[in-house]
Amino acid sequence: MEAVINNLIFLGRIAIDRVSAIGRSGMILMHAIIARPDPLTSFPLLIRQLYSVGVLSMIIIIVSGLFIGMVLALQGYNILVDYGTEQAVGQMVALSLVRELAPVVTALLFAGRAGSALTAEIGLMKATEQLSGMEMIGVDPLRRIIAPRFWAGFISLPILTMIFSAVGIWGGLLVGVEWLGIYEGSFWSNMQNSVDFFDDIGNGLIKSLVFGLVVTWVAVFQGYDSVPTSEGISQATTKTVVYSSLAILGLDFILTALMFGDL
Amino acid sequence: MRNRGIELGVGIFMLAGAIALTVLAINVSGLSLAEQQGSYKIYARFENVGGLTARSKVTMSGVAIGKVSSITIDRKKLMALVEMEINEDVNYLTSDSSASILTAGLLGEKYIGVTTGAADDEILKEGDFIEDTQSSLVLEELIGKFLFNQASE
Amino acid sequence: MDFFDDIIIDIKQLTFSRGDRYICKNIDIRIPRGKVTAIMGPSGTGKTTLLKLIGGQLKPDSGSILLDGDDIPRLSRSELFDVREKMGMLFQSGALFTDMTVFENVAFPLRVHTKLPQDMIRDIVLMKLQAVGLRGAAELMPSELSGGMGRRVALARAIVLDPALVMYDEPFTGQDPIAMGVLVNLIKKLNQALGHTSIIVSHDIKETLSIADYIYIIADADVIAHGTPEELQQNDSEQVRQFMCGLPDGPVPFHFPANDYETQLMGGVDGSGN
Repeated sequence: MEAVINNLIFLGRIAIDRVSAIGRSGMILMHAIIARPDPLTSFPLLIRQLYSVGVLSMIIIIVSGLFIGMVLALQGYNILVDYGTEQAVGQMVALSLVRELAPVVTALLFAGRAGSALTAEIGLMKATEQLSGMEMIGVDPLRRIIAPRFWAGFISLPILTMIFSAVGIWGGLLVGVEWLGIYEGSFWSNMQNSVDFFDDIGNGLIKSLVFGLVVTWVAVFQGYDSVPTSEGISQATTKTVVYSSLAILGLDFILTALMFGDL
Repeated sequence: MRNRGIELGVGIFMLAGAIALTVLAINVSGLSLAEQQGSYKIYARFENVGGLTARSKVTMSGVAIGKVSSITIDRKKLMALVEMEINEDVNYLTSDSSASILTAGLLGEKYIGVTTGAADDEILKEGDFIEDTQSSLVLEELIGKFLFNQASE
Repeated sequence: MDFFDDIIIDIKQLTFSRGDRYICKNIDIRIPRGKVTAIMGPSGTGKTTLLKLIGGQLKPDSGSILLDGDDIPRLSRSELFDVREKMGMLFQSGALFTDMTVFENVAFPLRVHTKLPQDMIRDIVLMKLQAVGLRGAAELMPSELSGGMGRRVALARAIVLDPALVMYDEPFTGQDPIAMGVLVNLIKKLNQALGHTSIIVSHDIKETLSIADYIYIIADADVIAHGTPEELQQNDSEQVRQFMCGLPDGPVPFHFPANDYETQLMGGVDGSGN
């Protein structure tokens, strides 16, 4: 009997912890979004964060996009050539990149590259009392520290996704046309016939917006809510990568089902 | 001067994003801004649409003039009812036009080909039906027919 | 008790707990205006927590903290940020913003709270840095400073808005004797020169006694003694004497509560007292 009650207490405690964590993260998100922007100070802060979150992630995005596009073209060619439809490589590369791979892979890389850095940075600021210090100076750290980082992530991810798609398709072109010798005209025309701007590129963009929201939200919250010790920060960083990767993959399924499920 | 470097980087980043989106829009999806025009809906009933899907092309002499917007079953006649959105500037489809489901290449996608009839007939408007239709070719039926003919000879 | 003719902070019946443990229980503290008040006590008794309660970063379970009539725990978020302009706080770690230079760190509160022109901000910042003797370090990054210098920069930042109240969280811990002497001098001189109220949280007895006008000693979630340094040195309560003289054992035991020593040693691995 005692054991049952103890287990129930344990279960209840976990549930309460989880729910209150969701509540706290919701508060942070709300503060970050409705934070009254002050153009004079917020804009330079946003620029600086765009640089560290977006610009510095560009290299990894471009390189991975290029290789993924090239591999897709090579694999696709090997399958399609059996049916004599190798000119459909362009279509295959473009559709799989634009609809699926670009938003998901970019978001996963982004979570590992920028999300973990955000968490570690905010966690370290908390550990060195910089957040408290700012609060005591009379500046809301949610507005000054959290909000620009959140917006920078939210803006950067769709841009990175577009770059990833474009570079990936270029990689597919390199392999398909330059190397395997597919006729360039049919490569493009097949692609243009099958890719729709709003249904495919637009939906990919919506996906990346959702992922951007989730990844930066998780990263910022884990940093802000971390235990301010070196162990706590390393745990928070791990949690950021794990939680945001799982959230990306789960949400991707839901979004894909909503967007393409009825076609 | 560290700030200038940062601003330059962010500027390049934004520009790269815009270029990527433009390339995707124009080169990959073949979007052209002039395409933003109205359309009107016409309908056709088919015995068998086998493989035709929403968003398939509607063509005339091989030129795209619209797209399939939905495929449902006509409850009364128990036939497939295909709704097509035809571009507004295509205002010369006569009521005796015929629509057939064709295949691009041997294994390619299905699309609808429209052929006009006699010139001075009534023009199709929003909500009209194309009565003369030819269904999708189904390979099994063709083979069946061929064998039947062979046997009867 | 001429100290308490004019009090800036009046803490009444303050209770704060973490989990089942009381950090402070029904505490009454009054801080006289314009004086140096020290809050002392062994480590882990919630002195820093008390500062955070005054700063409004934590909310107490019950009780009130009146700062010039404003009850801190009952202020809204935005009112709180306004009240904090009247406070400066020196954190244990300095809490300098690592992505800004020393100059920008000190200028930060001015830029946020005032609309002063650039050259005036520059003059004020250089004056404050001169006051802590680090005008020459204005363009360094915080990572290039020693611990003691970092704390002095943080002090300059804490006083840059000329606050009515400056709180020092363990200003002397982990400093070498020279840096310690410099800080003691600075706190005293700044208090006299600028006329603000200082609250020092510390467990460094010698330094604190030398600058404090009034001292509260906190232990076991309660104020166990208060008075001027002279009064406290005369105090004959055992607990106070242990703390003031730094005796290793006394009412505050040397040993953390544990099972019986002999039983645990003799019990072997699995019989570890359980």
